[in-house]
Formats: sequence, C-alpha cells, structure tokens
Amino acid sequence: MDINQANTEATNRMMEARPVLVGVEKAIDVIPGMRENLLLHAGPPITWERASGPMRGAITGALIFEGKAKNEAEAEALVTSGEIELEPCHHHQSVGPMAGLTSASMEVYIIENTTHGNFAYSNLNEGYGKVLRYGAYDESVMERMNWMNDVMAPVLRDAIAASGGIDIRALLAESLHMGDEGHNRNKAGSILFLKALAPHVAKAAPSPQIAADILTAIGDNALAVLNPVMAACKAMADAAHGVEGSTIVTVMARNGTDFGIRVSGLGDQWFTGPVGTPKGLYFPGFTVDDSSGDIGDSTITETAGIGGFAMATAPAIVTFVSGSPKDAINATLEMYEITFTEHKFFNMPVMEFRGTPTGIDIRKVVETGITPRINTGIAHKNAGVGQVGAGLVRPPMSIFEEAVIAYAEQYGF
Amino acid sequence: MAAINAEIRRGAYYDSVMLMQLQRALADLPGVLDAGVVMGTDANKDILAQSDLLTPEIDGASAEDLIIVVKAEDEGMARAALGQVDDLLTRRKSSIDQEYLPKSLESAGKMLPEAQWVLISTPGQHAAGVARDALRQGKHVFLYSDNVSVEDEVSLKREATEKGLLVMGPDCGTAIVNGVGLGFANVVRRGPIGLVAASGTGLQQVSTQIHQLGSGLTHGFGTGGRDLSEKVGAVTTLQALDVLSRDPDTKVIVLVSKPPSPIVAQKVLRAARLTGKPVVVDFIGYETDKNHIDNLHFASTLDGAARKAVQLSKVGAPGPTTTAHPTGTFATGQKYLRGLYSGGTLAYEALLILRDLLPDLYSNIHLEGADALENVLESQAHTIIDLGEDVFTVGRLHPMMDNDLRIRRLQQEAEDPETAVILLDVVLGYGSHPDPASELAPAIVEARTTAQAAGRHLEFVVVVVGTDEDPQDFDHQIKQLKNAKVQLFTSNEAAVYHAGELVQALADPDQPPVSLDILNQPLAALNVGLESFAEALADQGASVIHVDWKPPAGGNERLAAILARMRG
Repeated sequence: MDINQANTEATNRMMEARPVLVGVEKAIDVIPGMRENLLLHAGPPITWERASGPMRGAITGALIFEGKAKNEAEAEALVTSGEIELEPCHHHQSVGPMAGLTSASMEVYIIENTTHGNFAYSNLNEGYGKVLRYGAYDESVMERMNWMNDVMAPVLRDAIAASGGIDIRALLAESLHMGDEGHNRNKAGSILFLKALAPHVAKAAPSPQIAADILTAIGDNALAVLNPVMAACKAMADAAHGVEGSTIVTVMARNGTDFGIRVSGLGDQWFTGPVGTPKGLYFPGFTVDDSSGDIGDSTITETAGIGGFAMATAPAIVTFVSGSPKDAINATLEMYEITFTEHKFFNMPVMEFRGTPTGIDIRKVVETGITPRINTGIAHKNAGVGQVGAGLVRPPMSIFEEAVIAYAEQYGF
Repeated sequence: MAAINAEIRRGAYYDSVMLMQLQRALADLPGVLDAGVVMGTDANKDILAQSDLLTPEIDGASAEDLIIVVKAEDEGMARAALGQVDDLLTRRKSSIDQEYLPKSLESAGKMLPEAQWVLISTPGQHAAGVARDALRQGKHVFLYSDNVSVEDEVSLKREATEKGLLVMGPDCGTAIVNGVGLGFANVVRRGPIGLVAASGTGLQQVSTQIHQLGSGLTHGFGTGGRDLSEKVGAVTTLQALDVLSRDPDTKVIVLVSKPPSPIVAQKVLRAARLTGKPVVVDFIGYETDKNHIDNLHFASTLDGAARKAVQLSKVGAPGPTTTAHPTGTFATGQKYLRGLYSGGTLAYEALLILRDLLPDLYSNIHLEGADALENVLESQAHTIIDLGEDVFTVGRLHPMMDNDLRIRRLQQEAEDPETAVILLDVVLGYGSHPDPASELAPAIVEARTTAQAAGRHLEFVVVVVGTDEDPQDFDHQIKQLKNAKVQLFTSNEAAVYHAGELVQALADPDQPPVSLDILNQPLAALNVGLESFAEALADQGASVIHVDWKPPAGGNERLAAILARMRG
C-alpha cells in the first residue's frame, strides 16, 4: 500500500476538478435520492432529539416552507414519527451553510465538475439577518424564501444558461487575490459573481424592477457566492473521495451537535465527535453564552484547501481572533503542517504565490496534534435569532484518531 | 444612571471585523457596559435596538454611516470611551518579528530548503523517529539524544549510507562543520586538520589543543560512542574519513576513539591508509609497537594526537606514496586484481598488505582477512594465488623454473571479464628459469591482445626480484618486460600497493559518497529539541530553523506506532 501515491492521486483529482455553475433547478428534480418527505441538513446524521436550536428551527422553517407544518410542535411530530425523514446533504452530493436545510421544492445551484463529470448541489443564499439557515422561520423569512424560489431562481436559471456557465474555480482563484479566503470572507467573490451574472440577469428578468431587485439582493449580500463556492468545493472533494488507500479528508461538516469527517480511502463511514464552540468576535449585544455549537457544511471550503487554510490571503478578517496580519500568515503556515500538498490553482500573493494548503491528511493531524483551522460564522443557540458573530473553531482531535485507527484496521497496519 | 452616547461618522467605511474589534475594545474600557460599532443598515439598527442601544440620533443614520454607540455607567465615562475611538481605530499592533515556529521537520525543511543538517536532541525514545524523518528528507543528522537503541543506530546508519548521508551519534555531543560548532563545541580557529572522534570530549580536547598549538580545524566529525562497536561497524567513522580524504583543505586527519575490536580496527585502519593523507590514530590507551605505518601515525593520548597532527601539518608530511594510474581505460565490469605468484612468501606478503586495502580477498594461502578459494584453479573476486603450492607442482617443476602453468593461468585470467589488474613476480637467481621474461613477456602481450579483442584493458604489475649480477641478465629481463608494457617494480610491497590502488579505484562504491557540499556551503540546519542548540547556531551566523516539536500523536504510543507503520 503506497499511501503517498494514493494521496497524490486523491489530491490531484481534488485540484484538477473544474467546478462550473451550470444551472438552478428544484431540489427534487436534480438532487440524487431527493424525495417529498426528505429534508437534507448540514453535517453528519442527526435526530430531532439531538438537534440543536438552530437546526430544529431550520427544520421547522423548511416544513413551513413546504406547507407541511405550521409550527415547531407540528414539525417535531412529523420528524419524530418518521413521516418526515432527515438525511445529511452530504449523502446526496449536496452541501448547505449553517443548518443547511434543503427541501424538495427549494431551488438549488447545480455545479458540474467538467473534469470528472460529477455534480454537486447547494441551496440559495438568503443574505444576512433573520434567515432559515440560522433557524429563523417567521413570516419575513418565508416571504424572502418564496421570493428567492419564485422570482429570483427562474431568472438566475436563465441567466446562468445564457452565461454558458460560471467557472467557480477560476472565480475563487481570482477572489483569493482580492482578500477573500472563500469561507468567511466572500466579498470579492460575490462581486465577481454579480459581475458575471449582471448582464444576463438584466436580459433574463421579466421587468427592470425584478432585475434591479435580484442584482441588489446579490450585490448587498457579501455571502452571495458562498453557496455556489461550497457546492464547487463539494464537487472537488467528491472527486477525491474513494481513492483506495488515501488518508485525505474529503468531508468535514457539522450539524450543531456533532462534527463529522469522511476520509477518501475509508468509504462512506463518518467519524464524529462533539462540536466545539467557536472563539471569535460577537455582534453588539451578544456574547459567547449566546453561541450555538459549531454548525454547517461550509467546512467543505477548508476541506478543499481554502477558508481558514487560506487565511494568509485574507488579513482583513484575522481580527476575528484579534490577530495581526502576521498571525494570518502563521495560520496558513500551520495548515501546511497537516496537508498533503499545495494547491495548483489557488495561490496567495502574500505567501509568494505559494499554493494554499490542500488535502487534510489524517496522519499528519494525529501526528502533529494540529486540527484543521476553520473560519466560521457563529449561530445563536436559539432558533431564529440568527448570526451573532464570527470566529475560529477546530474539530475534535478524537475523530481523526478514530479515523487513523479505522484506517489501520482496514488496511492492515 | 447609565448613559448612552453615540457618534455617527458619515461615509466612513471599515471592514466589519475591524468594527467588531473596535466594539470589543470599547466594551473593555472602564465603566463601559455595552458598545456597538456598526454600519447604519436597518438590520444593524434592529440589532442595536435589541440591545437597547438605539437612540433617535442613531435611528436617523443611513447605511453608509458608521455608528459608534457606548452605554456606560455615567455620561463622563461614555464620553471618555468615545474619545478613544480614533486611537483604537488607528492602533496597530506592531507586526511580531518572531518567525513562525514550524511544528514538523517537513514544514521546517520547506522554510529552509538549503538546510543540510538536522540537530536532534529530543528524548531518546522519539529521537530515532525524528532522525528517520530527517534522512527521508535527505538531511545529515547530528543526533545528540542518548537512549537510542543500537538496533535503531544500525538501521539509521544503514539508511544514511544508502543515501550518502551522515548520522553523527546517537549520543554525539559535539561536531564542528565548516567552522560552525554543533552541540557542545569550542571556538576553534580554521586550519588544516580534520578530526573524526567517537568521543565528544575527546574531540573537544584535541580540537582545543590544536588551537592552542596555533593550528586549527577544517572540520570535526563526531560519530557517537558506539560507532566503532562491531554491531555498528564504524559506519560513520568510515564516511567521515572518506569525506576528509576528499576535502582539499584537510592536510592531516586525526582519528580518536576508545580501542575498537580488532575486526573494526582493521577496517578503520584500512580506510585510514586509503585516505592518502597523514592520519593520526589515537585509540585511547591502545598500545602499539609501531609509531607509524606508512601514512598512519599512532598516538596514545589526546595531547599526543594533537601535537602529532600539528607537527605533521607543519612539515607538509608526505602525502600518499604514489597515486597509481592505469595506462588505459578499463571496461565496465573490470574490477578485480589477480596475483599469480611463483614465490610463496611474496604471495603471503601481498595478502598481508591487501587485506587492509581490499574487501573480497581470496587465496590458497591461509591467512586471517582472506577467504579460501573454492577452487584453486579458478579465481574469485580479488585473488592472490601461490602457484608454488603442492597442488600445482605435482608432476611438474616449480613455477620459478617452469612458466607453463603461469602462462596458461595468465591467459585464463585475461579471458575473465572481471579481471582488471594482473600482478606477477619474476624471481631471478640461480635455480630459476634461465630467461623467464622471454616466455612471460610474449604471454603478457598475448593476454593483453585477448582482452583487447573483447574491448577490455588489462594492467600488468610485475615485481622483479633479482640483482644485476644474477645469471639471467637483469637488464635484459627488465627490457623484455618493459617492451611488454608492464608496470615494473623491484619491491614487492611497492608493486602490491600499486596494484591494490589500481583496483581500489575501480571498486563500485557500496554507497554514494557523502557530498562535499556540507563542507563548502554555509551551514544551515533544522533543530529539533533543545532550543539552546538553535540559539548557538544562530549566534555563530548559521541559518537555523527551530522546530516546535512535540511527541507524535501527543504521546499516544498506540497511535504513534500505527503512524510509524503507515510511514513504512
């Protein structure tokens, strides 16, 4: 068993994958295995009983959106009875930020990896404030969801078709040179996204007002591109999954209760442990006591070699952890310790154009005692309050140790 | 009575993170109960309202306005806090000058790719693992750690030699490379003397004495105290001798060790002779009846070794006796010496000399250091054969009188593609063949022709034992042999050394030689373990990266063992 050779293959596949945004369709029409009574959520598998506040809120919201429930009690009854089923987005080639809730009639971005032919999906980003992904589900949330689904999505569908597809890998490579790290900071990427879509939205929209509304919604949302970026990272990571003998992590995801990883050479097995609480800066009026456990599939960005791993190129947000630009560089240097290679296409000017640390190697994580560094938004522990800050979090070491032991058993070390 | 004071800055843009940081700094000020620093969007105003920080003034701000609001115990404290906003906004932490401390050797290697050395001073049970990592990265190792098992030492040194790398240690306290001291080392001036020591304090004592005597060091290599044990087999000592022999600046070599076993001593002394430079050997306390053999000079004390070395470096001691050069170019695969002796004692002396020079030596003479030929009629590797042995003389004359057997063997050796050098004796005087050269010279020419036909070059080294008053006409014998283009000697010892050196130069190196780059390039090193070693290197002007090393897998032995197996 040549582990390094397997990892070379896995990381090459991850980097050579070319994720292109090719469309927007209803989840049930495109996501493999999607069905009417299924809700997809972030992270490893979860039950209602173990779900965190934001996750329960988002489940409730999704069921209200689907017209299947009117309140949390009804949602709980549907889910605990088994009438409505919960499965991870990751079991369906999908990802979603924070709670990651995706239901059958939601419109989703479609990413095609034009190198290897696999697809990945993500829901649409709602912007800031009270949003479903943080567990909010009041009328204003539903109003916005409906507008996105009924008004924005059809226009985006036509606009993306007219654009001929948007190369998200190229977009990321560029935004990494503009101060983004692709996870917590997507300001530049979202503007590049707006630039790519704008002329096509202008043509595709049924009225100038709707065009203006859509362009405003995207332009005002510095996370607008996050969801396509996450799906792109999912497409890249999936391309690296299933390489016999590889110790490269291909999924990192949190459901607010558990942090889970999957490893390329270890099939579909999850290794899970309790999520941590992010350390960071809080919005006015909030403190660490308001924080939910770590949540969301957005750690797929770090899995693919950006996000917290590319911190050096996004010094503007190093202050999340009250650091200096030097600390941002050190954060990236630290991630080189646990990654297998450096990215061919994502590089950082400040690091003398060195490639971002790519391909988390479970061996190196356990050997060095360094867990992946994740930049993340912080959700309020109660459903519906929304984001209360942003900061840094790390997965529990135990899941990497378990993965190493499982690997040793499977491959006879 | 709590007071809320606010400031609106129009058109001031700051990254939201900067704003959150400012907000936190404000909240930390004395008397401040809560603070908000946000752009004036409706969403942000809602957030402020939830925290009871919204005032009518703030409510009137627009999305492009920066809102700074402070709730403090009283009006004065609120005002004081707002007065600090500009300071807080412009305050920049000075960029920390401290380098990133890499956590692994691999990362350290990327930070200092020119590093040739890794200094290891971790606890012993982890040291071999770190050393293996270092070798895998193609670095030489200075292994200060002790409590490394001899099995680990043997395997590390084997891996090192396969890669042309040095492992100094384990338990190597000191070394001086290219003027830079590693571990514990004195400040010794540069000079013409190279040092190889299996003892740290031995190296320090000899090097300081050399310094005090006005001379200095090229380099001083430590080997670790066990290097000259039979188990380890002097691997590092031999490599260090080889490096110093090739180093043009090193004129004299000093070798310091406790007395090794005879087998190891033989190996080390053979290597020392082959350096072609004066070598002062101090096997501490080891008595020898000679004070020098050729280029080897024996000392029995550290002081004595230093004095001898300095003395030899001053007199410009004779270098190698002669450097043998072949008269043609050997073909690939030609690598062995074949000595076809008619004189038994001459053959015996040849063996005595060659066993210190050549490995894989065979003979029909019984002598420790040479193996018995499986079949006396066929040579194996380097072979010295006494053709006057009984087995050859049954039913025929002694080869000093009858050249027939030797001529046939000569032809046989010439046909062997591994033969490179043929060594012959021609013994003159009463009783011997009346004109041996008249038969041997044509046979030599014919043997050479045979080899040439197959694309090979044969070298002939001949010792003629005789005087100008011998009946065979000495000059005539010499003349005939010279016409056959042989290399002629009248001393058997000189002929044997010459032949030995010729084939020595042909030996396939068992391993790649250690590159002399480590001697010529400025020293650059990675340091794992004692930080003081890194500081000492930096003080001496060497490039060094200190590794923030921790036991693998946090000291979890089961996981560390799995990881080690996965590394292969």
